[in-house]
Amino acid sequence: MADKLTKVPVREQDPQVRATNFEEVCLGYNKEEAMEEASRCINCKNAKCISGCPVSIDIPGFIKEVKEGNFAEAYKVIGKSSSLPAVCGRVCPQESQCEGVCIRGVKGEPVSIGKLERFVADWAKENGVKPEPPMPSNGHKVAVIGSGPAGLTCAGDLAKLGYDVTIFEALHQPGGVLVYGIPEFRLPKDKVVAVEVENVKSLGVKIETDVVIGKSTTIDELLQNEGFEAVFIGSGAGLPMFMGIPGEISSGVFSANEYLTRSNLMKAFRDDYDTPIKTGKKVAVIGGGNVAMDAARTAKRLGAEVHIVYRRSEAELPARVEEVHHAKEEGIIMDLLTNPLEIFADEDGWVKGMKCIRMELGEPDASGRRRPVEIPGSEFEMEVDTVIMSLGTSPNPLISSTTIGLDVNKRKCIIADEEYGQTSKEGVFAGGDAVTGAATVILAMGAGKAGAKGIHEFLSKK
Amino acid sequence: MYKILHAENLAGNIFLMQVEAPRIAKHCEPGQFLIVRIDEVGERIPLTICDYDKEAGTITIVFQPVGASTERMSHLKTGDSFIDVVGPLGQPSEFIHEDMEELKKKKMLFVAGGVGTAPVYPQVKWLHEHGVDVDVIVGAKTKDLVILEKEMEAVAGNLYVTTDDGSYGRHGMVTKVIEDLTAEGKQYDVCVAIGPMIMMKFCCLTTKKLNIPTIVSMNPIMVDGTGMCGACRVVVGDEIKFACVDGPEFDGHLIDWAQAMKRQAMYKTEEGRALLKLREGDTHHGGCGHCGGDK
Repeated sequence: MADKLTKVPVREQDPQVRATNFEEVCLGYNKEEAMEEASRCINCKNAKCISGCPVSIDIPGFIKEVKEGNFAEAYKVIGKSSSLPAVCGRVCPQESQCEGVCIRGVKGEPVSIGKLERFVADWAKENGVKPEPPMPSNGHKVAVIGSGPAGLTCAGDLAKLGYDVTIFEALHQPGGVLVYGIPEFRLPKDKVVAVEVENVKSLGVKIETDVVIGKSTTIDELLQNEGFEAVFIGSGAGLPMFMGIPGEISSGVFSANEYLTRSNLMKAFRDDYDTPIKTGKKVAVIGGGNVAMDAARTAKRLGAEVHIVYRRSEAELPARVEEVHHAKEEGIIMDLLTNPLEIFADEDGWVKGMKCIRMELGEPDASGRRRPVEIPGSEFEMEVDTVIMSLGTSPNPLISSTTIGLDVNKRKCIIADEEYGQTSKEGVFAGGDAVTGAATVILAMGAGKAGAKGIHEFLSKK
Repeated sequence: MYKILHAENLAGNIFLMQVEAPRIAKHCEPGQFLIVRIDEVGERIPLTICDYDKEAGTITIVFQPVGASTERMSHLKTGDSFIDVVGPLGQPSEFIHEDMEELKKKKMLFVAGGVGTAPVYPQVKWLHEHGVDVDVIVGAKTKDLVILEKEMEAVAGNLYVTTDDGSYGRHGMVTKVIEDLTAEGKQYDVCVAIGPMIMMKFCCLTTKKLNIPTIVSMNPIMVDGTGMCGACRVVVGDEIKFACVDGPEFDGHLIDWAQAMKRQAMYKTEEGRALLKLREGDTHHGGCGHCGGDK
């Protein structure tokens, strides 16, 4: 047996090979590897990992079952807290949550909790293990807006308690950011997302796609005319932000949302789908978050030379360390401390280059990170034919502007309390990116759980 | 699934379909659009709504094949279905919010070019139902491509049909008719022009000269249609707007037409290739170095 200080290594596709395909990068543990890694858990009495998890999974509890080879039991333990284990095991930032506080990590590496969770979920799928059946129906009808991580979690939790839940999804496929945002090579759509959605449906949750709340119908109509007694809004992040620099309207300048939606949701990377995508020969992705890494690695797989252009240094990259590491392994070029000033187009209006300036780090700013400052006279030109803006999003006003009495804050995010997701409107709860602005899948799931708790309390009193 | 209750080849390459979509029919207003998807591999296609029946729960779309998905759509028959129809999207035409008495006093001119006759129709119909008679110019390349003439006649105050080749109605482009009508002494407070981008551009040049405020309906490249992707950015004055949530209708005199047309052409070659692949199948093997057939 290997030493107990390091994680059992997880198998991954070779970087050179995977940079040319859309298959999953990480191959996950097999039974033996999972049991060996599980044996590294010392089953702390006062398990910090549980409080490090936004949905409070009984982590030592499920790992103990894995250690003993009781995988179905392990799945049950996770299922009490999470409706989407196969997703979380893949995309949660474990290093700053459960694994970040793992006692094993004090001396050596923490237990590979994420990879173990993923193993359990994948094992359950392969062996046809379904979530525990819900409680008998209590007759209360609840509407959930959005089928991303917040909505699916809220719907799943309420269905387990016996609620009659309908999810309304604006796009044609359920999953939200899990299908349009996160690429196939990090989160397989058929193998993982569709299965998790089916699991939520197996609890009795109905999903109505192609319904844009605020357009196809409104929250007030759902409450007044369609018999819903409570609503949870998990509509996600909204409109993509641009820099506001000259030339940004040129052809070949995309938002990361557009680029990723074309590839992920519309499957533009596959020849048998109708939706086109512009591959680009030399692509600059502006930004340094997880979405920027996803866009960069997608462009790389479509055959381009790809640069990440980020105004701060590597230490400030908001993306997960693992994502940055994977991106570099795949040959993404990091142009750090660099900021675009202008985009140039040819006579057809197509991007041909970008004027950038070098930056240096000054005093810390409001975010606590050192503020990037332009170095005078350091302007230079970069030859690119595609620019992908990955600068975050601002909330979509579609719901807040069409719901009477729903308050938003200065940033146009819906105001909701953290513990129960209660908004300013009776019977209406909210959580996820629609409330916090762009964040992570697991935080959205945590908010979905809070919303379910809030709705359960609200309707229990009725 | 969204059932097609009626499919018809209106003229040439122009198709009309009446589709069951109760939620959209119930909520839609003139000026709005929807997105359809033919099947699992189909693209999301934004189309302006041509007509709707709130009671029957149906909407009507009119389209011309441009890429692979719309080409396949053109082969759908009555009884077939779309896998997805979502909407209504975008803002309704501004006039529906106006004071009715004020609106009745206004002299309005609608200019429809080709397939753009379809989105003009529900606006003229709405105004007619609210007691407002407007002048309508319908232009087409040639007689066989004039669509919805009878329908339009029933709701328009005065209808002027024109063809580029003079084979039917007046002879010449819609811009010539606008000039002729004003020369004949007609005065308009507002013009609504909908059609191909080049036609809307020239309408705007004409109405600017004649000092008639003009509204156009943009139909740029779009993916989700709810504001999420930002593909549909248009320059309006010194602002960048998203056609899907801020539009699709904008002040035509403020649109940067050159820019809009360049962006419209962004996927042209890809669309063309996909269409060729579909129409010619395996007979097109590439070798030209451009079509990807030799990839």
